[in-house]
Amino acid sequence: MWEAIESNRRRSTLLVAGMGVLLLAMGSIIGVAIVPRSGWAGGLVVAFGVWVVLWLIAKFQGDRIMLSIAGAKKIEHADAPQLFNVVEEMVLASQLGKMPDIYVIPDDRPNAFAAGRTPETRVVAVTSGLLRLMSRDELQGVIAHEIGHHKNGDPALMILMGVMLGAIVLIAEIFLRSGFHRGRRSDRDRNGGGAEVALAIFAIVLAILAPVVARILYFACSRRREYLADASAARFTRYPEGLASALEKISVQFQANHEANRVLAPMYIINPMEALAAVGMFSTHPPTENRVKILRAMGGGVGYVDYDAAYRKITGKAGCIGKRTLAADTPAQGREATHLPPVETREVVVQRSREVGNLLGRMDGLVVMTCACGVGIKVPPGSPWASIPCPRCGRDNPVPKAAEPANPGEPIVYRRQGKGWDSFQCSCGASINLSPAFQGTSKSCDRCGRTITIT
Amino acid sequence: MTGAVFAFIGLGVFLFIIVLVLIVAGMYNGLVRGRNETKNAWAQIDVQLKRRHDLIPNLVETVKGYAKHEQGTLQSVIAARAAAVGAPTVDARIAAEGQLTQALSRLMVVTESYPDLKANQNFLGLQEELTSTENKIAFARQAYNDAAMMYNTKIETFPSNLVAGNFGFKPEPLFQVSDEKERQAPQVKF
Repeated sequence: MWEAIESNRRRSTLLVAGMGVLLLAMGSIIGVAIVPRSGWAGGLVVAFGVWVVLWLIAKFQGDRIMLSIAGAKKIEHADAPQLFNVVEEMVLASQLGKMPDIYVIPDDRPNAFAAGRTPETRVVAVTSGLLRLMSRDELQGVIAHEIGHHKNGDPALMILMGVMLGAIVLIAEIFLRSGFHRGRRSDRDRNGGGAEVALAIFAIVLAILAPVVARILYFACSRRREYLADASAARFTRYPEGLASALEKISVQFQANHEANRVLAPMYIINPMEALAAVGMFSTHPPTENRVKILRAMGGGVGYVDYDAAYRKITGKAGCIGKRTLAADTPAQGREATHLPPVETREVVVQRSREVGNLLGRMDGLVVMTCACGVGIKVPPGSPWASIPCPRCGRDNPVPKAAEPANPGEPIVYRRQGKGWDSFQCSCGASINLSPAFQGTSKSCDRCGRTITIT
Repeated sequence: MTGAVFAFIGLGVFLFIIVLVLIVAGMYNGLVRGRNETKNAWAQIDVQLKRRHDLIPNLVETVKGYAKHEQGTLQSVIAARAAAVGAPTVDARIAAEGQLTQALSRLMVVTESYPDLKANQNFLGLQEELTSTENKIAFARQAYNDAAMMYNTKIETFPSNLVAGNFGFKPEPLFQVSDEKERQAPQVKF
């Protein structure tokens, strides 16, 4: 597996090198145009410096900033067992090694992304919409695609490319907005430095063109990695139909997402900016329709060789996977794909929606309780009501609460209701959720900090 | 004059040896990495099989309460688990684990006719865990076969076969899937 990635990485390394040369060349020429005496090295060093600063910011903060923008919450096995299990299965199939952290993003639009440069910081994030919508096989396909990104080292590569793109855009913008005028003044002062005028014009043209070229390089790299991750997903799951069906569902469900930040777009499984739009040189993702067609044209095989053949058949272009990866590929047979949509009864879908709703409620610190008539009631933290009437049957449902101890020194005590999820309020009003896996005898309240004895 | 020629040839031979040593070292490391990946993948299968053993008592307890007329099926699951846990040899263990897989899928078919059981939250949780464990066993085997096949290819092909032969790297056996249906379906659906 390790060698299989190498040949594709080498192709991407060429794109990275091209981008680096572009950045340094642009910096160098702009440097000479602004301060002729600095020589070619001055601007080059400045461009390199800008790149290093942006890289450091991305390195230490990037992923976490992204997750917190999206409002993502980390989950454990007890919170969403199926999601957690599916990730574990794909980590096994891909021999990724360490489990990535799993985050859920409260968002009804189905999507998923992979982030994190190192094995320790790896993240797989999915939206609640995805959990609600996908059958187990489809969820597995999507997770396999994200694990494929990790296995192929894509988050690190795309951050590197993204940072270089950012540096090029930044330097070009600054030059075009301010450096311009300086260049003209120096002409006037020196009165007829023809070479310098030519250089200034060249620098301006470069500053306009470089960001465009850099974007094309960036998007080309991104699209290539998407195809590769699809191929990996087919190989890991041995079931290309799972991902194909998931992509189809996602693109049908998708409404254009204007909230999504442009910077986050390449990280998602489907580009939120242009889910169904035509795809040209400036898109981060290949057309979803093509991806589905390729996955369905693999003809029972699930290896990289099969994917590459299907890619050539559908797109009519040369293959998308490196030669050495294809050479190292071992033949593998898949499960049979049923071209019918997976049988999902209404009950299954409703049950899954309920579970996702309860998961989100717990993530938001709500007390989740169920009325005897089956209606789920969610109580916000700090709610002053001791009981809430059921909106359907009118029954009064007391909000479970840990009682204030009779004497100040004694601990707060809460008696567990059963073995499943248990939601209650601390005597200070904060919500506390115990998962089915909770085995302890005490829990400290996040708000007031006191320890609650669980019996 | 001759001294200079000898020095030149000597330097050439010296460089050649260094390059050769580096290439051999690279191949050797590649083989070691392959062997470790294979061993690790094998260990993962074991972890998942143990996990399945741990799940069964809980599952049997839960099903017992609802499906009292299925004593025979439950007994065969318990017996198959005991045989797998106590298997003296690897071959016996593989056979016993196969029996266990079959007994479990029979049990899951039987539970279909008990709607109360299927509504039980605890059972639903166990069912997901069992599905996932069966998947994990299949995926761990798949990963083992992928790793072993890649490692074996390296051992058998030129030029790494020269290094492998001299340092005693042996090909690893592949997991043979006896059941044709099992080969097609790494996913167990209940």
